[in-house]
Amino acid sequence: MADKTQLARQFIEAIPHSRALGMELTEIGDGRAVIVMPYDKKLIGDPDTGVIHGGAVSALMDTCCGAAVMSHPSAPSSTATIDLRIDYMRGATPGQTIRTTATCHHVTRNVAFVRAIATDDETETPVATASGAFTVEIKR
Amino acid sequence: MSRPRPEPVQVIKQRRDAALSALVESVPYIGFLGITFERRGDEVTSTMHFHDNLIGNPLLPAVHGGATAAFLEVTAVITLQWFHLWPQFESGALDVEAMTSGQMPRLPKTIDFTVDYLRSGLPRDSYARATVNRSGRRYASVQVEAWQDHKDKLFAQATGHFLMPQDRASES
Repeated sequence: MADKTQLARQFIEAIPHSRALGMELTEIGDGRAVIVMPYDKKLIGDPDTGVIHGGAVSALMDTCCGAAVMSHPSAPSSTATIDLRIDYMRGATPGQTIRTTATCHHVTRNVAFVRAIATDDETETPVATASGAFTVEIKR
Repeated sequence: MSRPRPEPVQVIKQRRDAALSALVESVPYIGFLGITFERRGDEVTSTMHFHDNLIGNPLLPAVHGGATAAFLEVTAVITLQWFHLWPQFESGALDVEAMTSGQMPRLPKTIDFTVDYLRSGLPRDSYARATVNRSGRRYASVQVEAWQDHKDKLFAQATGHFLMPQDRASES
């Protein structure tokens, strides 16, 4: 189990797009993953306020949900997003790191159901929440 | 009653192209992803030019689902703002030169965004086009479709809801 987790961590850190966005996986295991993404000016979506683009938050949510699926005890060999819905509650405060926690709450033979929540330093009110379905590939 | 002479074609083109590029260039994240927009009349199509930073699965390789989501969202927001501003810069109420020098009207805010992944994004350029299904004073609903090789074979589609920027006067 431990080397599975190690593998998943390396796998996520080897994703070029996630690396380009500065993502760092901080916790993983048992169908749950935590990924942080530090503030960066190149990710700005609203030039007026300096708030990060929703698309960057989507990429963070998608990566984190995928990581949660990979770490599920059913040990999928790979996964892909079927659909992902994101609700944006508020703009992330400029300058602050965004922290996302994804939980794979149900897995069938073919599908994993995942929820995620993103916050900044103000942890009481979420920046965004996500809910998605992912494919489950099991090596036979 | 004689109708006014139409504007010279270069004047129209210059104004519309300047408005679109001012809009696109004002958002740093669009540049980071390498997305560009093309215009024919008021129709706009976006392109996400493939580069290695967009890869999500290095083994296939495939475009990252997050990059695809961002591409669709960028296309939705820019297209929505484009149609929102169009009557204003066409009538002269909005000065395109002011836009070019950085005085941009505020962008719509995403309320929610749902992406459908239909097939994996191949390591090549992607194209997207958005349709504004409803645009009210406060809320808008936008649909967006993305394809790579074949226009009819979408690799992703999305629907999103947006909060339109409110006049500062009407907020209080």
